[in-house]
Amino acid sequence: MAEKDYRLSPRVDQVGIQDRVDRITKRSVKSEAKRKGLLMTLNMIDLTTLEGADTDFKVKQMCYKAQHLHDSFPGLPTTAAVCVYPNFVKAAVNEVKGSGVKVASVATAFPSGHSSSEIKLLDTKIAVDNGAHEIDMVISRGKFHSGEYNFVHDEIAAIKEACGKARLKVILETGELGTFDKVRRASDIAMDAGADFIKTSTGKISPAATLPVTLVMLEAIKDYYYETGKMIGMKPAGGISNSKLALQYLLMVKETLGGKWLSNEWFRFGASSLANDVLMQIMKQESGNYQSKDYFSKD
Amino acid sequence: MSRIEVLKTYKIYIGGKFPRTESGRYYQPEANGKVLGNICLSSRKDLRNAVVAARSAQGGWVVKSAYNRSQILYRIAEILEGRRTQFIEELIQQGSKKAQAEKEVNLSIDRLIYFAGWCDKYTQIFSSVNPVASSHFNFSVPEPTGVVAILAPEESGLLGLISQIAPTIAGGNTCVVLASENKPLCSVTLAEVLSTSDVPGGVINILTGNRKELILHFATHMDVNALIYCGDNSTEIKSIHEAAVDNLKRVMIRDGGGYVSDKYESPYLIYSLQETKTTWHPIEKIGAAGSVY
Repeated sequence: MAEKDYRLSPRVDQVGIQDRVDRITKRSVKSEAKRKGLLMTLNMIDLTTLEGADTDFKVKQMCYKAQHLHDSFPGLPTTAAVCVYPNFVKAAVNEVKGSGVKVASVATAFPSGHSSSEIKLLDTKIAVDNGAHEIDMVISRGKFHSGEYNFVHDEIAAIKEACGKARLKVILETGELGTFDKVRRASDIAMDAGADFIKTSTGKISPAATLPVTLVMLEAIKDYYYETGKMIGMKPAGGISNSKLALQYLLMVKETLGGKWLSNEWFRFGASSLANDVLMQIMKQESGNYQSKDYFSKD
Repeated sequence: MSRIEVLKTYKIYIGGKFPRTESGRYYQPEANGKVLGNICLSSRKDLRNAVVAARSAQGGWVVKSAYNRSQILYRIAEILEGRRTQFIEELIQQGSKKAQAEKEVNLSIDRLIYFAGWCDKYTQIFSSVNPVASSHFNFSVPEPTGVVAILAPEESGLLGLISQIAPTIAGGNTCVVLASENKPLCSVTLAEVLSTSDVPGGVINILTGNRKELILHFATHMDVNALIYCGDNSTEIKSIHEAAVDNLKRVMIRDGGGYVSDKYESPYLIYSLQETKTTWHPIEKIGAAGSVY
């Protein structure tokens, strides 16, 4: 196949994107639709801990939380997955066994992506061998900014191969890409190279996920779907900490890609504190009383 | 050419900002047959936002040094003094006699100074070292209750309001106030004073609106730790007590008026919004002769 020139990726109309996002944020979702949306959100969360201070016990605690979001209210779904560093994959896989919760592992020298190809591949392989169902890799932003798009493409393809059956999420780290045009370009590269998901951010850089940048990526997914018939998943991550915002994301997915994408097979939230806010909102819907953080487990 | 009078827009005060109510509603209280103004008719969503603001401000407020809290209360009094004439005018608009209005403003300023003085003193008064029959150093200290909801007195639009707010914040709590429904002008002007007197945003939040509509939302909110009700409507008091059970809110019933009385100058008003924490500290090396720390 002839090499594709990613400089020819479509340009993005920044004003148009902002305008559409503005219209979405002005809408309000109420009552039954809100309830369904909130439950759906819970089931789409990749409960995440990516701290230097993580321990096996912290990961175990989080895995428990993923399966028991708020036991005093029966019938809640589990989260979609837990997301951890590679060295905690074993512990996590052990904890979530049989619950349907997946284990996602970051890999490829997360979060900066600066390391040799050998190490990145090994990083991925070890995570997969330990039982990770999903791999969240970061792209080499340095190479991307130097215009070495083929390098970025080939690297993703190599990692995809190393993943085997595990699904690959490709983190573009949009906060470091600078413009919507570049986000679009990086999305195209990742999808061509075999990404199963494209993901906005590591959560270590500000700005992390925003509605506009997610919309740009959703549009890229849409174009790719029309072109190839292949569905690609989307995962905004970082900075999504309240229910209202989560519902706005769902609205945007539904309106850009359609209802087919509204399951945790194709859409995820990377978040650590979102779950509790959603739980508080659900309890508010149920009891009619505004809730307090004091009554929900922290981890 | 005659000049067109510019009328003031009275807005609510949440998290250090002056938003309009998210509901877009307003009401027009009257005094002496004259409409006082267009006042925001706050909704439960405004209450929710105010509680969120109060909660997030609480951590920062309680770690300020007691001395600094005292300075800030004093500063409120200073700025209030500078706005005396405006407050007196508003009280007169709301139906007070001139002499009465002047007295109310003076007392309000004095009361702030009074509680400013107590900020770094009440802990000494209410703390204790307790004798215990084991080798522990045992002591009790008061700590703020948290977020306090205040249903302000209907009659005393300024003095009553300040008499409730001052001891609340002096003790390190943050508060959400529902101002007097029929005499709300001073509360909004007070918010303007607060926003220019070093009080961190969110420590005091002031809503205006219909008491009946909001009262249950105040009482049931799980993130409100205490509620002060000023008034004597027994149906309302009963329903508050019932609704507050869910999170075991502290409920305090205070007067609807009569705030001129000096019974509203007492450190026990600060203490009523404190929780006592008792600590058992193993003695080991502390205090024994010849010990080293």
